[in-house]
Amino acid sequence: MKTRIENVSRRDFLKTGAGLTLGLVLPGAGSALAAAAKDAPQAETAFAPNAFVRIDTDNRVTVVAKHLEMGQGTYTGLATLVAEELDADWAQVIVEGAPADAKRYNNLLFGPSQGTGGSTAIANSFEQLRQAGASARAMLVQAAAARWKVPAGEIRVRAGVVSHAKSGRKASFGELAEAAAKQPVPQDVRLKDPKDFTLIGRHVPRKDSVEKTTGRAQFTQDVKLPGMLVAVVAHPPRFGATVRAVDERAARAVPGVVRVERIPQGVAVLARDYWTAKKGRDALQIDWDDSTAYRGSTERIFADYRQLAATPGLVARRDGDTDKALAGGAKALEAEYAFPYLAHAPMEPLNCVMRVDAQGCEVWNGEQFQTGDQYTLAAFFGLKPEQVKLNMLFAGGSFGRRANPAADYVLETAHIVKAIRGEAPVKLVWSREDDMRAGYYRPLYLHRLRAALDAQGKPLAWAQRVVGQSILAGTSFESAMVKDGIDGTSVEGAANLPYAIPNLQVELHTTSKDVKVPVLWWRSVGSTHTAFAAEAFLDELATAADADPVAYRLDLLGAHPRHAGVLKLAADKAGWSKPLPPAKTGKRGRGVAVHESFNTYVAQVVEVTVAPDGGFTVDRVVCAVDCGIAVNPDVIRAQMEGGIGFGLSAALSGAITLKDGVVEQSNFHDYPILRIDQMPRIEVHIVPSAAKPTGVGEPGVPPIAPALVNALFAATGKRIRTLPIGDQLKA
Amino acid sequence: MTRFILNGQKVNTAMPEDTPLLWVLRDGLELTGTKFGCGMGLCGACTVHVDGVAVKSCSTPVSAVADKHVTTIEQIGRNRVGAAVQAAWQKLDVVQCGYCQSGQIMAATALLAKTPRPSDADIDAAMAGNLCRCATYVRIRAAIHEAAKSLAGRGVA
Repeated sequence: MKTRIENVSRRDFLKTGAGLTLGLVLPGAGSALAAAAKDAPQAETAFAPNAFVRIDTDNRVTVVAKHLEMGQGTYTGLATLVAEELDADWAQVIVEGAPADAKRYNNLLFGPSQGTGGSTAIANSFEQLRQAGASARAMLVQAAAARWKVPAGEIRVRAGVVSHAKSGRKASFGELAEAAAKQPVPQDVRLKDPKDFTLIGRHVPRKDSVEKTTGRAQFTQDVKLPGMLVAVVAHPPRFGATVRAVDERAARAVPGVVRVERIPQGVAVLARDYWTAKKGRDALQIDWDDSTAYRGSTERIFADYRQLAATPGLVARRDGDTDKALAGGAKALEAEYAFPYLAHAPMEPLNCVMRVDAQGCEVWNGEQFQTGDQYTLAAFFGLKPEQVKLNMLFAGGSFGRRANPAADYVLETAHIVKAIRGEAPVKLVWSREDDMRAGYYRPLYLHRLRAALDAQGKPLAWAQRVVGQSILAGTSFESAMVKDGIDGTSVEGAANLPYAIPNLQVELHTTSKDVKVPVLWWRSVGSTHTAFAAEAFLDELATAADADPVAYRLDLLGAHPRHAGVLKLAADKAGWSKPLPPAKTGKRGRGVAVHESFNTYVAQVVEVTVAPDGGFTVDRVVCAVDCGIAVNPDVIRAQMEGGIGFGLSAALSGAITLKDGVVEQSNFHDYPILRIDQMPRIEVHIVPSAAKPTGVGEPGVPPIAPALVNALFAATGKRIRTLPIGDQLKA
Repeated sequence: MTRFILNGQKVNTAMPEDTPLLWVLRDGLELTGTKFGCGMGLCGACTVHVDGVAVKSCSTPVSAVADKHVTTIEQIGRNRVGAAVQAAWQKLDVVQCGYCQSGQIMAATALLAKTPRPSDADIDAAMAGNLCRCATYVRIRAAIHEAAKSLAGRGVA
């Protein structure tokens, strides 16, 4: 992405922090949300030492979260980092979403860009936010030292109380806030030795539990502005189709419909409420022009990909001479793995609230990609980026969908606002069907794998070809992240296969020129398919070698101790060395997979029971994770549980299919997601570590599907190589 | 004009009779704790109680609740069972994105009101219509048991 925003280093922010915060604008000021916030007791912000922390005279500590809370627990995690070094009482800490400002709130792993994704929130904030907390703490201590006329070194801070033992003096943060604000911002702060952590690594309650269990949490869907209109849009049934003609009469005849507007994305119907707008939308008679539409079908795409997979692709990794080694092995294996398109299907269908006037544009959104959306909207409305104000609300799930370089639903809202010349704020609401059929799916992929084993069963050669669309082609990320024609997200998890195989080649065919289905990252991105192909095929190798799947992997992971560590831990906790207790009816099986994504290592052991008719239950999953220092162990456990459930949905039944360019699914009856009665028992074990923390939002997903099919093989002797599993065992 | 009793108070709506209760609550009466997820009664995000029974408000026309008692997430904490469910949800930090949780809590409260000590199978049967894309199901199950335990301990069940 090309932006003129410069990266502000951590040191720079500490130097300039006090000045910058003067310009801090409360998100939602002047909005319905701000009006609601008035009910809460408000105190003047007495002390705002940097962009991330404010302390009020009422003793409230506000942590400004630069990342979107979409369920992954980042508001809790970011606040933990600040509160740890500040030595705040966890109960006095509240969290507020940051405004869009890439100078102060950029993701340090994204460069000069603000956004949430790639399981980076804790990884990029770990030092930044601890320094923010430590800096604030130092200023509170200085203020207390000056007030009490005692050496700063004798002052102690514990759980929100600043105290001096010799004089017996004590003060709360709130009592010191105004004086602390007058202290110089320290140039250098010392962070705690991890052995002194009191919050990091301990259980702290989530910061969003109360509002999310009482109906008070504010999602985009809940925003209502004075005079706001709700927009429901008729979208074309095929990607790339346009409106040839529209008969609006029936829609306009629906009582309450106030506007019908043609936009590039389709036809928008506006009313004061959703139901009226939807009735209007459903009454539209539209003649779609399919002359520019994509008319592919899933079956045809797979057939084309299969042909491509038989030909050499661009080389993403080459070790040794794979062709020669494949010809010379004692045993040869070959397999093809097929993966469908997948929808993100967050529980909150996509939506966006926007208003525009001469001063600028204001947006309320589960905002996952501030800088991209800000620049897109600025260009669209002819504004400066800083005139685009983004209010980051809770997202009712995202799984990658709300971080779209194409800004699809945000731009759709902008077109509607422009079409009505900014006369009213607009809330775009997609129905579930709109959401399901809007594209930006996890791409469909086909993998072809070949391997050769030596006489002892050790792998001599591994050749993998990946065929699919590029997620980054045509986006602002292409120049930075597509190298020599290879989109790193297509081969991550394959090109960095950790197993010691002397001859290893990974190739890629990118099909984006021919297949025009909009695609996007989907929780764990490339690893959604590469982990499956690698771990399912490796299991086939172990079987061919007549080896235990855990021992076979460990033997090849000598250079990768963190992979080996989680694998051993999961196997040990699952009782891998002991036989599974038998089921009353049906066959039992156990499977394993290990995978690293986003620098976090996860192994999972899955236990299944397969009934005589081929139906099966996933009984238990034992998961081991190594994510460096465990900032919030309970959030880590929750993300592993959730990642396993999310991955199971895709493994069991997730598929978006196309027929003549039309998406065949529309809602949860034909795109089923996991239900409670399908959820296995889950145990999560966290590897103790002193390494820098890495993310946990995504890495729980990749191992579950391969571990599951490996377990089904152990139970039935049948290999499943096409996802979803569906009824394949019943055939 | 449809009249019903919402969270103990008489309310009227002039929205058309075929308008789903969900949209009367959210857009008409501005109670947004009840969520829109699928519009077809498939996901349970919109679950409310009608005369104490868990109902999918997205597929219930408002005319069907005329003169009935409708309870939403905003008031379920006034009910002893509902309060215990919310407390258990908070104690175990069930929520992730939170969007489905109003519906989960309403469904769980209706289950515990009828079945004070549910088995895992009871829970699966009662809660299978409430989807959670974050897959918080392990904790939903544990929290329902936790709430049952706390209610039994207080002699309520």
